[in-house]
Amino acid sequence: MANRVELRKVSKSFGEVQALKDVDFILGENEVVGLLGDNGAGKSTLIKIVTGYYQPDKGEMYLNGEKVEGLTVPKAREIGIETVYQERALAELQTLWRNIFLGRELRNRVGILKIKEMKLETHRLMTQSMGFTSAAVNPDSRVGTFSGGEKQGVAIVRALYFDADIIILDEPTMGLSLKETRRLIEFVHGIKEAGKAAIFIDHNIFHVYSVADRVVVIDRGKVAGEFMTKDISLDDLMDKMYRVAETGVLS
Amino acid sequence: MDDTVQELTEKKADLEYKETFSLSKFARQNGTQLGIFAVFIVLWAVFIFAAPDTFLSPNIYWAFMATIPFFAISAMPLTIAVIAGEIDLSFPSIMAMGMVAFILTYDATGFVWLAFIAALAMGLLAGLLNGVIVVYFGIPSLVATIGTQFFWRGMVQVLSEGSSGSLIYTKESILHPFLVGKIGGALPIQFIWLLIIAILCWVLLNRTRFGAHVYLTGDNAESAALMGVNTRRTRITVFILIGVISAFAGVIASLYVTFFWPSLGGGYLLSTLASVFLGGTSVFGGVGTIFGTFLGAFIIGAIEAATVAVGLTGFYTQVIYGLIIVISVTMHSFLRRRME
Repeated sequence: MANRVELRKVSKSFGEVQALKDVDFILGENEVVGLLGDNGAGKSTLIKIVTGYYQPDKGEMYLNGEKVEGLTVPKAREIGIETVYQERALAELQTLWRNIFLGRELRNRVGILKIKEMKLETHRLMTQSMGFTSAAVNPDSRVGTFSGGEKQGVAIVRALYFDADIIILDEPTMGLSLKETRRLIEFVHGIKEAGKAAIFIDHNIFHVYSVADRVVVIDRGKVAGEFMTKDISLDDLMDKMYRVAETGVLS
Repeated sequence: MDDTVQELTEKKADLEYKETFSLSKFARQNGTQLGIFAVFIVLWAVFIFAAPDTFLSPNIYWAFMATIPFFAISAMPLTIAVIAGEIDLSFPSIMAMGMVAFILTYDATGFVWLAFIAALAMGLLAGLLNGVIVVYFGIPSLVATIGTQFFWRGMVQVLSEGSSGSLIYTKESILHPFLVGKIGGALPIQFIWLLIIAILCWVLLNRTRFGAHVYLTGDNAESAALMGVNTRRTRITVFILIGVISAFAGVIASLYVTFFWPSLGGGYLLSTLASVFLGGTSVFGGVGTIFGTFLGAFIIGAIEAATVAVGLTGFYTQVIYGLIIVISVTMHSFLRRRME
């Protein structure tokens, strides 16, 4: 089976700023890869290229073994890539059902929205997958009124609903309580057990270490190194991270 | 077995969802619209109390139906634009520019229907121009459309050489009764057009993917784009919609009086904006309804009649419209903070 994601010598600049330079990156089948790096290292740019939000300036990208060019977000979602973004990508003034189907609304043949179906489906997801039990929450509730954990639940359920094979989590633990974080870590383990692949980005090295099969360290737009978590202790990984932050190189 | 369990769970879920429908939920979800409706009823009662001779006579209502559509028609797509987080201040000039295209085409060909199509095409072009300036050059729509407002008004003055003109020839065409005739000698057809456009805009906004994307773009354009919404296309479409519909409103307003003034549309800017904001559409984007704007337009239309009927000069209407805009926009700022 081919790699789920493969980037070859990918570069991306924003004006004068080189966000990524000749980056090679692989996400294998049924693998969880942790992306580590400081603020502005290029982690978010890398995943936004994989999700079709940015186009790379140079380099090649392969998804499930096939070369892709001119990838857009809708195309990436069609291929089976779903993302839970740092900022959760929710429209806070809109209802829960609109957020679940954001960008992929169900329509009938003449293009009219199937609102009832989307609300019913949202209600089913709420009770079965998101664990919402409060009577005050319904598909018509505004997402802005939810807690951090509930919002994260919405973003995750949205990623899972469309049966993605590749799930990208960008700083998913941000703003979550300890309990909510534990649930999230369990969820990432669940992704692996379900035979899917994931890219997990987090500032917290403990979280990344506990869920990832492999860790890729990015620094100043380049891959500074990668390790299998089974081959390296958490202390050693932290040590290397400090060294990268100071010098930009691993050894 | 598992399937059965799932089916049962699904059925239960359906059942529970239906059970949650209630009057209080409806009131919560449609609070703004119910609020506007209440304001509408209260104001109407005040008007009837203050000027019973005017507001108890059916004539005033026929007059409302004849004149409110002139500004209310443009208010419908403008509502969509404001929900999308944009604004278009150039629509009054587009109304006039559409009419210039109408007159020039008629003068050149002698076909009234072709002239009508040319007016709509002019509106489309002007809307597209606004959209491109805002979306591709990143100019805030407030600034961009102030610019195009002056540009199109200038073009109207140049092309018409600043002079007005009779449109009496349109009366010979079926276009005239089709757009501004009367049903049963009383009901102005432009009111039916307002209803049709309001319903179309409502369907677009509430029942199509485009409408869903308008709300999402206005609420959080970045999130919408991250989730695959083509926010550029959505915003350009919104400006085109305003362009075409404003040109249509311009033709209606001109054909009704069978006369063209180069200043056409200028007087509608305030009342159209006031209808949108009074109707509960938030200037910050992401929130608003066509129903609210529809009621807002009738309140605005009635205020003008009421100010005159209670003995104030017409100059007061501008003061009141201005106040309405400021108060509704401020109220939304509070509401939004509460929602967040």
